Amino acid sequence: MNHDSYSDAYIRGILVTHRSIAMVGASANPSRPSYYAMKYLKTKGFRVIPVNPGQAGKDILGEKVYASLADIAEPVDIVDIFRNSEAALPITHEAIGLGAKVVWMQIGVRNDEAAKLAEQAGLKVVMNRCPKIEYGRLSGELGWAGVNSRRISNKRPILGTKGLQHRVLREASD
Amino acid sequence: MSTERKPGFNTLAIHAGAQPDPATGARATPIYQTTSFVFDDVEHAAALFNLEVFGNIYTRIGNPTQSVLEERLAALEGGTAGLAVASGHAAQALVFHTLLDPGDEFVAARQLYGGSVNQFTHSFKKCGWEVRWADTTDAESFRAALTPKTKAIFIESIANPGGIITDIAAVSKVAKEAGVPLIVDNTLATPYLTRPIEHGADIIVHSLTKFLGGHGNSIGGAIVDCGTFDWLKSGRYPTLSSPSPSYHGITFAETFGNFAFAIAARALSLRDFGPAISPFNAFLILTGIETLPLRMQRHCDNTLATAEWLTRHPKIAWVNYAGLPGNKFHALAKRYCPNGAGAVFTFGLKGGYDAGIALVSNVKLFSHLANIGDTRSLIIHPASTTHRQLTDEQRTRAGAGDEVVRLSVGLENIDDIIADLDQALTTV
Repeated sequence: MNHDSYSDAYIRGILVTHRSIAMVGASANPSRPSYYAMKYLKTKGFRVIPVNPGQAGKDILGEKVYASLADIAEPVDIVDIFRNSEAALPITHEAIGLGAKVVWMQIGVRNDEAAKLAEQAGLKVVMNRCPKIEYGRLSGELGWAGVNSRRISNKRPILGTKGLQHRVLREASD
Repeated sequence: MSTERKPGFNTLAIHAGAQPDPATGARATPIYQTTSFVFDDVEHAAALFNLEVFGNIYTRIGNPTQSVLEERLAALEGGTAGLAVASGHAAQALVFHTLLDPGDEFVAARQLYGGSVNQFTHSFKKCGWEVRWADTTDAESFRAALTPKTKAIFIESIANPGGIITDIAAVSKVAKEAGVPLIVDNTLATPYLTRPIEHGADIIVHSLTKFLGGHGNSIGGAIVDCGTFDWLKSGRYPTLSSPSPSYHGITFAETFGNFAFAIAARALSLRDFGPAISPFNAFLILTGIETLPLRMQRHCDNTLATAEWLTRHPKIAWVNYAGLPGNKFHALAKRYCPNGAGAVFTFGLKGGYDAGIALVSNVKLFSHLANIGDTRSLIIHPASTTHRQLTDEQRTRAGAGDEVVRLSVGLENIDDIIADLDQALTTV
């Protein structure tokens, strides 16, 4: 698998199919990128479970924070890594143990060894991307900020069921 | 369309940024002639104001017609994001406002559109942004102009009034070694002829009024973020790399990654100064861009033929067009704009000042006005008009000496273009 670039179909497939995310390195600070990502993904109907030992037991955006992935009792599809590239390896081990389907590393986070491990265990891997930006890019919302989505389409953007300026990758039951 | 196959330039010129309208299926981009957009609820409004979600609030800041134009420009230039504004001057003002603080300096090529020279010399000075001039034909002169206060370098890819092609890669090398972003005004070339990002540009500016809009009907400007400058690593641009007091402490470069500059220029500079593009202008410019490849090629072909014809005319002293084989910038033109050297160039009349006035007074097809980049052929004699207030020495240094005439060759039949110059030249 080439991790230097991903096809839109690959990313879209992950975001449409896998709807629960454990966000490792989630922050309670409303100025942090992980907070922004968590808030946005929740509006798009994803279940987002924050993981941060420093915030364990508290809540972020109404969700209980776990100290580690292993503590999460419900199914997790995507493990979203908001930590550095080195930390991505042990987190990937945990993700595999958890039965996750996807290991997703944020922008600037890349660990090819972890990627290989995950893929050998049957997981999909995305590195150096943000699911908030990818969702915005593929749904058409990011275009409102003048961002190059690097795609052209002859199809209408799909409107979400709730709200006016709400584009989705499929009709979400939010 | 699968991203396995990358669409070509002509396809992007028509399609990038646009999808059929979800409410009606309208294929052409609707003109959202509205000042404001309703919110879903207070939470949605708060999230929009915080930049937590993407969406439209108020047309000073952004508009869905404008967004299509912005994405299209980013796609054509190969950048990460675009920002469309009221004019090219506004685009430049917002770029510098986002990057510089009072007391900062920047290095700019001397060979620029006169409007940029005025803007840098007068209004930017008033903001405390000090320009140091360099020679666009000599990359080392940029290095010599650097000081510890330098925060940016500014050049034009094809310099107005034409004839000079900048060695962008050479200047980019200086900018990278100095750790400052390279800003390239790509107005005369458009991305059809030159894509500055391929040669090291970090930020691109355009006057959309010219060849991109292409039809002389709408004033507009744009910034394209190339996404190539590492604001966090540099640390010298706190607007981008430090917590923003205006947005409860988010750090733009962290939150928005490689399109942070475009977002900051919109959310801070455009928000606070307000040179917004009209949705109608954005629509007209967008429509013009759809035919950019066709128009630019015809512009270049017509211009080369016109320039060649002028070199053989007995009343013409010299012709300055990089597309001509004898021109000293011809090699650079072949490297940086292989499809053509643009549509703007100057020539000198043996009859001097009076000949210049006679020529512009007697053309019957060319339009005598101050603009470039129209479907219509345009002519101006700078010495008696735009540069009249300057001293003789200033005029000559600006490339606007008494005998200089500038053409912006349009898309009319080449025979008609040449015939008009021919008959007008009989009167000088």
